[in-house]
Amino acid sequence: MSFETGDPASVESALNSQPETLNPSPMVDVRGLVKRIGRQEILLGVDLTVEKGETLVIIGRSGAGKSVLLKHLIGLMTPDAGEIWIDGENIIGLSERKLASIRVKVGILFQGGALFDSMSVEENIAFPLHEAGERDPEKIAQQIREMLEVIELEGEENKMPVNLSGGMRKRVGLARAIIRRPSCILYDEPTAGLDPVVSDSINRLIRRLQKRYGVTSIVVTHDMKSAFHIADHIAYLHEGRIYFYGTPQELEVSTDPLIQDFMLGRSERDTATETA
Amino acid sequence: MLSGWLTGLGRTALAFVTYVGDVVMLAVETIGAALRQKIRWRLFMGQIVEIGLHSQIVVMITGAFTGAVFAAQTYFQFNKLGMGSAVGAVVSVSICRELGPVLTALMVTGRVGAAMSAEIGTMKVTEQIDALRALAVHPLDYLVVPRTLAMMVSMPLLVAEAVGIGIAAGYFVAIFLLEVNGTYYVANMVRWTQMRDIIMALSKAFIFALLIVFISCHKGLTASEGAVGVGRATTEAVVSASLAVLIFNFFLTMGLNIIFPAGYQ
Repeated sequence: MSFETGDPASVESALNSQPETLNPSPMVDVRGLVKRIGRQEILLGVDLTVEKGETLVIIGRSGAGKSVLLKHLIGLMTPDAGEIWIDGENIIGLSERKLASIRVKVGILFQGGALFDSMSVEENIAFPLHEAGERDPEKIAQQIREMLEVIELEGEENKMPVNLSGGMRKRVGLARAIIRRPSCILYDEPTAGLDPVVSDSINRLIRRLQKRYGVTSIVVTHDMKSAFHIADHIAYLHEGRIYFYGTPQELEVSTDPLIQDFMLGRSERDTATETA
Repeated sequence: MLSGWLTGLGRTALAFVTYVGDVVMLAVETIGAALRQKIRWRLFMGQIVEIGLHSQIVVMITGAFTGAVFAAQTYFQFNKLGMGSAVGAVVSVSICRELGPVLTALMVTGRVGAAMSAEIGTMKVTEQIDALRALAVHPLDYLVVPRTLAMMVSMPLLVAEAVGIGIAAGYFVAIFLLEVNGTYYVANMVRWTQMRDIIMALSKAFIFALLIVFISCHKGLTASEGAVGVGRATTEAVVSASLAVLIFNFFLTMGLNIIFPAGYQ
């Protein structure tokens, strides 16, 4: 480990970094994450590790804190306790400006796409390139063309977000998130509210991105079909903690009643009636 | 009952102090970002168009009719005393020192402050600000700094325009409708209107610009609870900024009058 003497930023960065050569760090390592919002306890000590190139799907009931957990991973929320290591760097306590270097490595697809509604599809996709200082119009156009091909929206570049369907908005949001080639992508409910065909196209897109660019993916979803389709591992978030962690096959054969209820979509009342 | 009343008063005072602190922190961070981070000139120019160009009609009408009605009212009173030719001086100095800056600021608050608060508030509740942050773009750099710089440039120009049009409208009403002697009208106006009156107008414009932009952006950035929250933030931005303009105007008048005293010296 080496750093320039007298440069506080490099000293801090070096101290926060884990030595990669000795122990290759996971892409994401969450340790004892606790978050309360008002009087409500959302996360009560989440521990989670995601290796590089892996696709982890986080499932759980509505209000379980899945989206909150995801927002912590990119520094959009600050935890009450715990640590979050992204590619060997602890992001807790970093200022908004210092988080910028982490956010270049991690992209996020928001639930509603979160497209800038004053910009066209093309401008939304090009936004990260402009912000990164890219000024060559030919290079930008080339990358936009490539992204439109990846998300299968060729010819729609001049449309405004208000004229796009929910699925199209999510795909444009995804293109914007991946255009700078982050090494990790977070997906917040990528298939929620979409018809099965569009959902399948999004699932295939997530898989394709993993294969083409080798990105690490963390997907929050309720959609079990989607989860089984894309996951290397699945984590079930329940009452603020990771209740189950395993492969899709392990989840499928799990006899845990809570897992079974979730997978089969049974409410507690149904379970109670059947038991009676 | 008294303790409950005192508790309520204390809570309100605390909330007010916290709010003022938040706005001041936003101002400090924005000025720091404007000095240290890259300026997005395209956004700045866009805001100049939005604030400066699109406020032209509003500001011209405000300045013209304020000058016209003020000239008429002043004439009606002064003419009884045989001082009709002093109307020009009164209109000019009053518009420069008070009416021009304050009325322009109130109109800009209603038009531009509301738009800023609503736009930023909508971006907040639709996760667009989170998207900016996730794309490694600081919302202050992208949203607040260009608006602040554009307001700092536009407001003094808008006030100067309102003042000029107000004086011209006053002249028109006094000379052509009320038949005041034009020579004495202009002579008195030029004699009593000094550079310090114009400096006062522009100083007030600059400070009002900062008040409007920081209050409006702060309300937008702290909006929550969907469309209702954005509506509430917009209303609060207009009310708070208007009140701030009126309150600050009094203290600015008292303070600036020490540096730039009114009247012929």
